[in-house]
Amino acid sequence: MSTSSVLYDHPGPRARIRNTVLSVVFGVALLGLVYWIYTKFDQAGQWEGWLWKPFTDSKTWTEFILPGLWATLKAAAVGMLLSLAFGIIFAVGRLSDHKWISIPSGAVVEFFRAVPLLLMIFFVFYGLPYVIKQPVTAFWAVVIGLTLYNGSVLAEAFRAGIRSVPGGQSEAAYAIGMRKSQVMQLILIPQAARAMLPIIVSQLVVLLKDTALGYIVAYPELLQRGVNDLSANYGNIIPAAMVMAVIYIIINSMLTWFAGWLDRRSRVRAFRVPKQTTPAGAVDSTPEGGATVAEPQG
Amino acid sequence: MDVFTDPKNFDAFVSGFLWILKLTGASAVCALVLGVLLAAMRVSPVPVLRGFGAAWVNIFRNTPLTLVIFFCYFGLFVTLGLSLSDDLELNIYWLGVIGLSIYTAAFVCEAVRSGINTVPTGQAEAARAIGLSFAQTLRIVVLPQAARSVVAPLGSVLIALCKNATIVGTIGLMESSNVMKDLINSYGNAVIPIFLVFAGTFAALLIPTGYFFGWLANKLAVKR
Repeated sequence: MSTSSVLYDHPGPRARIRNTVLSVVFGVALLGLVYWIYTKFDQAGQWEGWLWKPFTDSKTWTEFILPGLWATLKAAAVGMLLSLAFGIIFAVGRLSDHKWISIPSGAVVEFFRAVPLLLMIFFVFYGLPYVIKQPVTAFWAVVIGLTLYNGSVLAEAFRAGIRSVPGGQSEAAYAIGMRKSQVMQLILIPQAARAMLPIIVSQLVVLLKDTALGYIVAYPELLQRGVNDLSANYGNIIPAAMVMAVIYIIINSMLTWFAGWLDRRSRVRAFRVPKQTTPAGAVDSTPEGGATVAEPQG
Repeated sequence: MDVFTDPKNFDAFVSGFLWILKLTGASAVCALVLGVLLAAMRVSPVPVLRGFGAAWVNIFRNTPLTLVIFFCYFGLFVTLGLSLSDDLELNIYWLGVIGLSIYTAAFVCEAVRSGINTVPTGQAEAARAIGLSFAQTLRIVVLPQAARSVVAPLGSVLIALCKNATIVGTIGLMESSNVMKDLINSYGNAVIPIFLVFAGTFAALLIPTGYFFGWLANKLAVKR
């Protein structure tokens, strides 16, 4: 069902007046709320120039925000690569015909999907050093946590993707004499990967947001540098948090848009991963990013 | 496992998970109500409401939850002086509930909206043909049918919410991840059992929940 117009009639004169009245009433209420928040912050002195001035200073950007952004992107990139590898290995493992491979793989994936990321980061950062007798850097604590969690989510996505490749593909491959590993490597994974691309990118958004948890183990990422360290220097915690939120929103919106674009693009191709039972008329049914598998994690 | 035989540690473990359950429960109710309202706004005929719903979803879905919770604490509480309880711990709890609710509502909204999209067009057309208004169409015809197809996505939103509740620990609530951190720091010789107990409790709570929602979604699915 395309939600734009099916749910209500084309507005006639009365409906148009009613909609305008509702728009005005709600708009005024919204502006009132915004104004109220504005005055509250104003009373608290949050709009004063000196709190915002640091953001016009190039030193703020070169010393705090850009290094923080770089650290965030670095953790996200390394985490993504490792998650992809983890995801492929465990997806294939879970699809294996050998019970002694598929059952442990399934258990690992289910386990790490159910454990909060924060718990894993704490374990790697505070607990692992006792076990391996050497310190673990905050970077690796974040990356390992991200890999285990997002890798497990991706493993499930890949498994669904591999199983969605039409059966005739692998049958044809077996018929021309390919071995099981060849069928997987040459036939199933390449086709599944293309269909799974939008989900991979929307998982990247989740992963990028999750790097913010690095702040809890003092990994110098965007939240740590941009909000904590910056406000320790200039005493402007609220303005700093607002600016960082805008930066996160811009980056993630771009990624979400990219995922949506990939999704629309792959929709025209031959086959794609079936979502929920979508009826034929539902062309614009998925929310941007097609995030049916991606789970909202901090 | 002698860490957990000490009643002090065991109590901390239990109270940590009770906080998680309380956070999840309260936020799930608030986020569900808010999310359905936002979804209704996003499909409504009033442009301002549609814009508001879209803005909410785009802002909160793209901001890290850590930052949202952070903002609830430093913005709402420290700067605006919004105090929800005289008890320090309860105050942090309610600030956490606010943060989790507004963040999760964005995901609930998207799940419900894609659920609305799975209802065949003919249903809404028929509803309009017999003269139902937008609110009636949505309430009586579309949402009840959409509800059946959103069980599975809402189940994963609930599971994510339960895991996200640990992030309220970043503003100082002694929930399970903070309890685990303290125990690890006091019992360096037993870190693996400690982690396995905490992670295992989450797994024991959430893996059956996932299967339950899968089963429920299958049972309720509309065969078309």
